[in-house]
Amino acid sequence: MAAPRTLPRLDADNRFFWTGGAEGQLRLMRCQDCKTFIHPPRPVCRKCLSEHVLPEAVAGTGVIDTYTVNYQKWHPALEVPFVIARVAIDGAPGVYLTTNIVGCAVDQVDVGDRVRVKFEQQGDVYLPLFEKIG
Amino acid sequence: MMSTSEAYISGVGQSQVGIKLTRSPLLLTVDAIREALDEAGLTLGQIDGVSTYPGRVAAMPGFSPIGADELIDALGIRATWYAGGGEITSQLGAVVGAAAAVRTGQARHVICYRTVYEAAALARPEEYPVQRRERVDGNSQWFAPFNALSAATWTAQYAMRHVKRYGLTREQLAQIALTGRANAAVNPRALVREPLSMDEYLSARMISTPLCLYDCDRFTDASTVLIVSSGDALDEVACKPIRIAAMAGTVERLSWDQAEWMACYATGADLWKRTDYKPEDVDTAQLYDGFSFQAIAWLEALGFCGVGEGGKFIEGGQRIARVGELPLNTFGGQIGAGRLHGFGFAHEAVTQLRGNGGARQIQGDPRLAVCTSGGGPLATALLLARD
Repeated sequence: MAAPRTLPRLDADNRFFWTGGAEGQLRLMRCQDCKTFIHPPRPVCRKCLSEHVLPEAVAGTGVIDTYTVNYQKWHPALEVPFVIARVAIDGAPGVYLTTNIVGCAVDQVDVGDRVRVKFEQQGDVYLPLFEKIG
Repeated sequence: MMSTSEAYISGVGQSQVGIKLTRSPLLLTVDAIREALDEAGLTLGQIDGVSTYPGRVAAMPGFSPIGADELIDALGIRATWYAGGGEITSQLGAVVGAAAAVRTGQARHVICYRTVYEAAALARPEEYPVQRRERVDGNSQWFAPFNALSAATWTAQYAMRHVKRYGLTREQLAQIALTGRANAAVNPRALVREPLSMDEYLSARMISTPLCLYDCDRFTDASTVLIVSSGDALDEVACKPIRIAAMAGTVERLSWDQAEWMACYATGADLWKRTDYKPEDVDTAQLYDGFSFQAIAWLEALGFCGVGEGGKFIEGGQRIARVGELPLNTFGGQIGAGRLHGFGFAHEAVTQLRGNGGARQIQGDPRLAVCTSGGGPLATALLLARD
């Protein structure tokens, strides 16, 4: 059973990100002029102010930059412990995603672990969770 | 030497500090203002400015129940300058704004305040309802869906990097809580008055690794006030003014997970570029510890030790004790004295520089103190001097 989660409200800026999982794609906004990735996504490049920005699929792999094992039940329905991690996304320098590492015991997670996206669908949202590779 | 181009803190005040208080947050604010006015030797009629963080937050009334608008009206203040908002470089940014205002002649005496009512609001949700939304937007959307629901989980990840890269140990981290609680024990207004032992710390339940229960502050009801006065209005002030010798603040990536480092590292470096004082001149440090690790990051950021050396710097606790070479969070910090939310650090810096610390007063005639707020993508630092 999926964990209880508060979902994002979809809008013109973020819909591509939260629904990319329907096609199995992790998508990030990218400036088509200077090639900077823009996350959180916005309709303008934070480096060159170009408005020529488009979502691009990335490989969907990355490296755990840091993490924490959460034990606190922030609300009664939360099942603990679970891992919250910051993943550096392959091919998108400077972009990190806060996510959960799933599919392994909490004590099997470490900084530097390679991970791959695994989408969890909840309604119209596809949450990019990550699991360890290999 | 007094200068008209400088800003000073002329008075500090604080209400009762507690949990689930029934005295209203406006009256707690008034309590703190009365005390600050008394100390400064000022009357309400001399106040012509008000500055606060984060202003009234309707969605979370316990987090910030009293906006500047309400305070000004309730107290009959005629303000020529005021500001209240959350989009500043953390809580003490309200003091930076006030200092800028008095230095440019916008006001002469500015009440800066932070009133928190989070414990009472949690206990009385019918009076202080939190507005819950079915879905999240803005920055929350990048954290809440993954149940990264508290700043504890965000700060924990910075702390974990120190564990993995630099070998920060739980015993080292513990010194922030142990030092804070030892100091809180001799601060009559501290929220928690019992000292904490290393055994108790090490056996505490985990909140979010490596942070345990005692690494986190907790909801508090209180108001803390600082009065910032212009250098050319000091003849109206009855007590020894404390000069704001330097100020610095930073924000770059507000989303906690996009920043390579906590903002304090940039702020700490900037602070020393704006003064001739050096870190070794500081007599006491009052550093934000909403979560213990933030104080370690601030010690590194302010150059008291190198990046990654914070754990070793505080090991054993002797160096940061009240009788140590750099007394830290002598009022207890937020972990011991309560979640006063940033303003407690400036209040204590002034209190120590004036020699008003009572049982917790540090020795050696302290003349220079640094105080900070912010623990993630926002950071503010103030260097305070008694000339």
